[in-house]
Amino acid sequence: MVKFILVRILQAIPTLFLIATLTFFMTRMAPGGPFDSEKNIPDEIKEKLEAHFGLDKPLHEQFILYINNLLQGDLGPSFKYMGWDVSELIAKAFPVSAQLGILSLCIALLMGLPAGIIAALRKNSSYDYFLMISAMLGICLPTFVLGPLLILIFSSWLGWLPPLGWYSFSDMILPSLTLGLFYAAYIARLTRAGMLETLNQDYIRTARAKGASPIRVVLCHALKGGLLPVVTFLGPAFAGLISGSFIIESIFFIPGLGRFFVTAAFNRDYTMVLGTVLFYACLIIILNLVVDIIQASLDPKSRGR
Amino acid sequence: MEKAIDEKILHFGLGSEPQYLDPHLANSVSAHNVIIALIEGLVSEDPETLKPIPGVAEKWEVSEDGLVYTFHLRKNAKWSNGDPVTAQDFVFSYKRILNPELASQYASMLHGLKNARKYHEEGIPWDEAKVGAIAIDKHTLQLTLENPTPYFLELLNHYSWFPAHPPTIKKFDAFGKQGTAWTRPGNYIGNGPFVLSDHKVNSVIEVKKNPLYWDSNTVSLEGIRFYPIESADTEERAFRSGFLHLTQTVSPDRIDFLKTNHPNLIHFESYLGTYFYRFNVEEPPFDDVRVRLAFNLATDRQAIVEKVTKGGQLPALCFTPPGTGGFSPTSRFRFDPQKAQSLIQEYLEEKGLKSLPKIELKYNTSEGHKKVAEALQGMWKSHLGAEIQLLNMEWKVFLSTIAKRDFSLARAGWIGDYVDANTFLHMWRTGDGHNNTGWSNSRYDELLELAAQESDTKKRFSYFEECEKLIAENAPILPIYFYVHVTLRSPTVKGWYPTLLDHHPYKYVRLEKSEENN
Amino acid sequence: MSIENTKVQNLISSSTKSSSLWRDAWIRLRANRLAALSLFFFVLVSILTIIGPEIISTSYDEQDLNNTFAAPGSTHLFGTDNLGRDLFARVLHGGRISLAVGFLATAVSLIIGVAYGMTSGYLGGKMDALMMRIVDILYSLPFTIFVILLMVLFGRNFVLLFIAIGAVEWLTMARITRGQTLSLKQAEFIESARALGYSHKRILFRHILPNLIGPVIVYATLTVPAVMLLEAVLSFLGLGVQAPMSSWGSLIKEGSEKMDIAPWLIFFPGLFFSLTLLALNFLGDGLRDALDPKSAKD
Repeated sequence: MVKFILVRILQAIPTLFLIATLTFFMTRMAPGGPFDSEKNIPDEIKEKLEAHFGLDKPLHEQFILYINNLLQGDLGPSFKYMGWDVSELIAKAFPVSAQLGILSLCIALLMGLPAGIIAALRKNSSYDYFLMISAMLGICLPTFVLGPLLILIFSSWLGWLPPLGWYSFSDMILPSLTLGLFYAAYIARLTRAGMLETLNQDYIRTARAKGASPIRVVLCHALKGGLLPVVTFLGPAFAGLISGSFIIESIFFIPGLGRFFVTAAFNRDYTMVLGTVLFYACLIIILNLVVDIIQASLDPKSRGR
Repeated sequence: MEKAIDEKILHFGLGSEPQYLDPHLANSVSAHNVIIALIEGLVSEDPETLKPIPGVAEKWEVSEDGLVYTFHLRKNAKWSNGDPVTAQDFVFSYKRILNPELASQYASMLHGLKNARKYHEEGIPWDEAKVGAIAIDKHTLQLTLENPTPYFLELLNHYSWFPAHPPTIKKFDAFGKQGTAWTRPGNYIGNGPFVLSDHKVNSVIEVKKNPLYWDSNTVSLEGIRFYPIESADTEERAFRSGFLHLTQTVSPDRIDFLKTNHPNLIHFESYLGTYFYRFNVEEPPFDDVRVRLAFNLATDRQAIVEKVTKGGQLPALCFTPPGTGGFSPTSRFRFDPQKAQSLIQEYLEEKGLKSLPKIELKYNTSEGHKKVAEALQGMWKSHLGAEIQLLNMEWKVFLSTIAKRDFSLARAGWIGDYVDANTFLHMWRTGDGHNNTGWSNSRYDELLELAAQESDTKKRFSYFEECEKLIAENAPILPIYFYVHVTLRSPTVKGWYPTLLDHHPYKYVRLEKSEENN
Repeated sequence: MSIENTKVQNLISSSTKSSSLWRDAWIRLRANRLAALSLFFFVLVSILTIIGPEIISTSYDEQDLNNTFAAPGSTHLFGTDNLGRDLFARVLHGGRISLAVGFLATAVSLIIGVAYGMTSGYLGGKMDALMMRIVDILYSLPFTIFVILLMVLFGRNFVLLFIAIGAVEWLTMARITRGQTLSLKQAEFIESARALGYSHKRILFRHILPNLIGPVIVYATLTVPAVMLLEAVLSFLGLGVQAPMSSWGSLIKEGSEKMDIAPWLIFFPGLFFSLTLLALNFLGDGLRDALDPKSAKD
């Protein structure tokens, strides 16, 4: 296992390098720069500005410099938020996104798992149809429709919850719900499919034949195998969740990583774009690794691979 | 909201996160809105008329020829750490913003100071260049100008003329360097009515009342919280749930609804700015003045402001907003589709064309710009038979496209930096960094030069009038409307007046419980 | 993406190759009421969006500034928008764009994915390991982020949109195809084809490719709605199609901002969008069940 983890970590290094290279040149090739603004700056001033941040050097030199700094753990200063370092900004924004992600995930699991299990146990009943159609709707309703809709109902009409911000716990409910519902729907469908598959396996039939109580069968036997697809899904989903959904963050004015990334791209904040992309990539790599480890422990078959 | 009123905290929609909080580097309206809470200039503004009133300087004298200004600084003006604000601090600040190493985007605002250019652009050392800013003693500052500038005192309210605390700048090595940490809470030393107490990037900027401010008795608010909410819809939701006292904008499509349902909350304030389109006069079909005039004549500006923008904007029938610093140009642009058609016909016949080529209209992505563009697209199609293709571009891409003049027709807007026609008309000079149309007219350049050296108002205005005439005759642009600042404001906010530059000195702002309910 | 992956993985284990499979599948699909209904709905929407804009009298970009935000009624079936444009015409036109984006981007991912996966699986050995390693690496790229980055940095452009989305979606397709090819390679009929000395090209195109169609179709049906959602997300960020054109995503975005003053602006595009996505997903599920007799017999 240790060897497996080590190999994966070693493999991550070229991947990250590739990502850094790709993003670096992509952002630099794009039209516009971090210091363009509507009021034109005289060329001399612009040159000075660029020299100030080393943007006047040939591109390959800038790239080598960036990678050099990166190796020392320095992501550079942000061009849009003057006076702040990219790493500081990420350190502040990530916990916000993580909070939002974890809360949403809890909501998703609390709603999705029971719904999926019930639907599987009552296959083809009206429960099943109702749950699965709602789940499908949850998947098909874009978050930017659901979000404003929830705000309209719970904030504008009923006045129960704040419409935006990330300052107190009540602020967190609506955004987590909006994000969580989407994932709940996915999880419900996956759980149902996984459960159906395991319920058909021979060992479950054996357990049933032996007269084990249905609840026991479900909880002790079926659930373990049935959750496998959910776990596989959770890896990337979790990465997506905690890296922050920029849509939710912009609707609810949450200072999370997703909003930072999108505004950075729009503002040509080169270092910030690179920093967030690399951070996302690390996150995905780590989470995929964690999922693989969990998967291996749930499913003895895959251990050999 | 009740709580905010008791605590006297103003909740302010800032629109966007400012790139800089450093007055010598700032470059945006949002930065202005925060900086004026933290720093005070030589003069301050009357909250209703924006006329210069004493600020750090308690009085001043102007020489007969209008070239030398002597400011007497008040003795009780203090930095937020207790240091006195001195004339030397101002000289230091001017030296800093003009320091070529700092690469300040607004340094040219100080080019009116005698010899400032020599230091800023020619690399001559400060003392040798003899820049016209001298601290006669600790509390007397003498400024000498290149030209008599009737609007000089108004100019001083631009943040580029604001002072910065020299020991702090030195401590953070920020004299010639950007991106230092001096502008963070805890480090920021200002001399304004408020001090910076918290800054969470992309979330909130908080300022608290400064007890050391010389006029702190006038200041009613205990603090202001600025929220950089970019989406107008999110801002409106925040406002309507009582989270904000003021919004930065209102989404154009919601104006009608708010006007009908919340007339006491929505405010329309004229704003010193012109919304217009640029033609590229070097490429067909807009290289022909007839086509440019025809597009202008086929533009029903009244319909645009009444049915599309709906914010009480005035149709722009000239370029400089009427009444800018007392100057009101004659209206020369009009709506005359018949004339437009005959001009186009004439052009097409001469060129042997059946119809106009397909024209691309570029604008930066925004619901409001899209609406106007779509409406104009319809007008020109029906009046001129012109096929217009709309192309919206993301802001930075749009900017670089305009600068490269890679367009035939493009949206533009200009907001005055100070209340004088010069801030509008100077951009059409030959080769001006903001011209970007390719249009050049030697008489126009000459007129602006004459106006700059003229101290007689009447003569200055006659030069400006001729400039306007040249613009209308040559039509390098297509003015559409004069901006109106549309905001939502709670009736609890008092001491807030509509002003042309959308400046609102916070020391006069109060929060009071109101009879009217949201 | 991995959800589709697992779904289809079930299929892979149980693929059959007789032509009667298709007939059986069709019968099973028709028996699945939800899937049949979805198919019907989907065909209907496709016809409406393809032919509709040509036959209705109002154009999607015709403005009537005196009749903005008109509620649904007899003149304007779905009401009008902020510029007085007929929403019915816009929804039909928008559907055309959304479906086109969905299908073309899926086609791009299909071509890349199948070609890549088939090559990898057929070659096997070291080459296969290397090619799959590359896919693994690409999997850990934050792709949605790259798509956004691409669209922000290089502007909207239909071709770029397809390529960008296609580039994101082909990875799973490649994995599925590769797995399928690997198992097919061992199948008797392929081995006999080899023994008969057929060329690689012939084996690949005549024997392996036809047997890939099942899982590929299922996955494609599920990719289309995913792509349409991604297009909607891009529209939300203001990176969708150019005005005055519309897509369902951009209509929903505009509608969501006005849902309290003109609810029809979100209702109709939202309804069409969600129902189409719903239909495609059910159809995908149905197809999987139909093509996978094992799961269907429960």
